[in-house]
Amino acid sequence: MLNSLLRLARHFLLFALAGWAGAAAAQEVLPDVLVKNVTLEVIDIIRKDKDIQAGDQKKVIDLIELKVLPHFNFTSMTGLALGANWPKTTVEQKKQLTQEFRTLLVRTYASALSAYRDQKFDFLPLRLKPTDTDVNVQVRVVQSGAQPVSIDYSMEKTAAGWKVYDVIVAGVSLVANYRTDFANQVREAGIDGLIKILVAKNSSNASSARVEKK
Amino acid sequence: MANAATGGFIARARLLLAALVFALASGCATNGTDARDPIEGFNRAMYGFNEGFDEAIGKPVATAYRDVLPSFVRTGVRNFFANIDDLFIGVNNLLQGKPIDAVSDIARLAVNTTIGILGLIDVGSHIGLEKHNEDFGQTFGRWGASDGPYIVWPMFGSSTVRDSMGSVLDVSLDPVRNHRPVNVRNVMLLTRATSKRADLLDASRVLEEAALDKYVFQRDAYLQRRRSLIYDGNPPREERSLRGEREPQAEFAPAERSEAANDPVPTATAIAGADDAEQPAQTR
Repeated sequence: MLNSLLRLARHFLLFALAGWAGAAAAQEVLPDVLVKNVTLEVIDIIRKDKDIQAGDQKKVIDLIELKVLPHFNFTSMTGLALGANWPKTTVEQKKQLTQEFRTLLVRTYASALSAYRDQKFDFLPLRLKPTDTDVNVQVRVVQSGAQPVSIDYSMEKTAAGWKVYDVIVAGVSLVANYRTDFANQVREAGIDGLIKILVAKNSSNASSARVEKK
Repeated sequence: MANAATGGFIARARLLLAALVFALASGCATNGTDARDPIEGFNRAMYGFNEGFDEAIGKPVATAYRDVLPSFVRTGVRNFFANIDDLFIGVNNLLQGKPIDAVSDIARLAVNTTIGILGLIDVGSHIGLEKHNEDFGQTFGRWGASDGPYIVWPMFGSSTVRDSMGSVLDVSLDPVRNHRPVNVRNVMLLTRATSKRADLLDASRVLEEAALDKYVFQRDAYLQRRRSLIYDGNPPREERSLRGEREPQAEFAPAERSEAANDPVPTATAIAGADDAEQPAQTR
C-alpha cells in the first residue's frame, strides 16, 4: 500500500529503545555489559515515568542526555558520516557539525524512545578478546508476529571506556545512511551549506515538537 | 456527518491527484547522480506520488485504525497475516538451502494455525520457533543475483530490479491475494495493508525528523536492509578504518571503482550488488 520502505523506518526507531547510559559506568565495564545495563536502566525509567508515557519529549531528551549520551563518541560518528569530506573541514566546522548532528540524533532518539511499547530485549553475549578495540554488541528486540529486530552497537575502546560510534538497526547503519545524505548536501551547498541545513532541520524539529505538545 | 466525510475524501483525492502531477513534473527534471539509482528522476516522481497518497489516505486510515482498535486486536490481525506469510517464508528458506529454518517455519505455521487459533496468537515465538524474514527477492540474492538499479513503484514503494522480479512471484503466490470470493479477498487485502501501515506510524514520524533528504535516506536504508536480509542479518562486517575514508565520488562513478577497490571478498560484493558501491572494501 504505502511505501513499503517505511517498514524499515520502523526498525529505525527501535534503536533508541536499546538506550544507553550507565549509571556509574566504571571504565572497566565490558561493552556488552554496558549496553545491557544502560538499556535496562533506561527502559525501567521509561516504564515508570508517567510524564514520559504521556508524551513529555523534554523529559525523554533529558533522560538521553544524562544516561545515554556519555557513552557515545559523537566526533567519531560525525567524522564517519561526513566520510571523505571530514578531513576538508576546519576545526570550527568540525565543532559545529558535531554539535548539530548530535542534536539531530538526540531528537530522533527521543522520538523513537517515546514510541516504546513493552518490547522485550535479548542481549547476545560478546566474545571479547583482550586485544579487541572495536566490537559489535548485538541486541535483539523481540516482538509479536514479526522477526526480531537486531540492534548492533559498534563500539570502540577509548581512554574513557567503550564508546558507541555507530548504531546498526535491522541491518541499516545509521552512519552509512547519513553518509550519502550529507555528501549530497555538501556537493550542492558546501560544508557551510550542510551546517545551515542541519541548523534549520533542528529548529524545525524543535518547533514541530512544541506544536505537538499543545 | 456523511457529507462531511465525503467532502473530506474528495478533497483528499484532489490533493492526491495534484501530488501526482506535481511529482511527475518536478521529478523528471532531475538527473540521477548515484550509480545505484540511474532513474532517480522517475523514482523521485513516484516517491512523491506515494507520499501524497499516504498523506491523503494511508496515514489517516492507519491512524484511525490504531486509535479505534485496542492493542490486542491489532496484534491479532498482525499475527494472522504474519502466519499466512510463514508458508512461503518456509519455501524460500528451502530454496536457499536452509532446510532447518524451513522446517521451523512450517512448524510455526502448524502450531500457530492450530493452537494459535488460525494464527491470531503467535505461539511459535513463545516456544522457540523464531519468525524469519524471507522472500523471493532474497532467494535470488542468495543465489548470486545483484540488486540491479533501484526502482520506486507507485503504491508498492522501494525495490530493485532483482527484488521486483522476486515480488512478482511473492504477489502471484500470495495466499491472501489468491483467496476467493473476491470481496472477502479485498477486505483481507485492505485490512492487511492498514495493519502494516499502522505499525509504521511511529517510524514514519521518526524518519521525518531524522532525514535531511527523505528520498535518499529511505533509498539507502532499503539497500542496506536488503543486503542484511540476504545475509540473514550477518553481512560481512566493514572494518572501521575503511569506513568514511573512501572517496564518496566512488559511488557515483561505477567504472572507476571495481579495480581500484581492491576487494578482498569478491563473492560478497557480487551478492551485495549495488551495495558494493557503498562499501568498496569488506572483510569477513
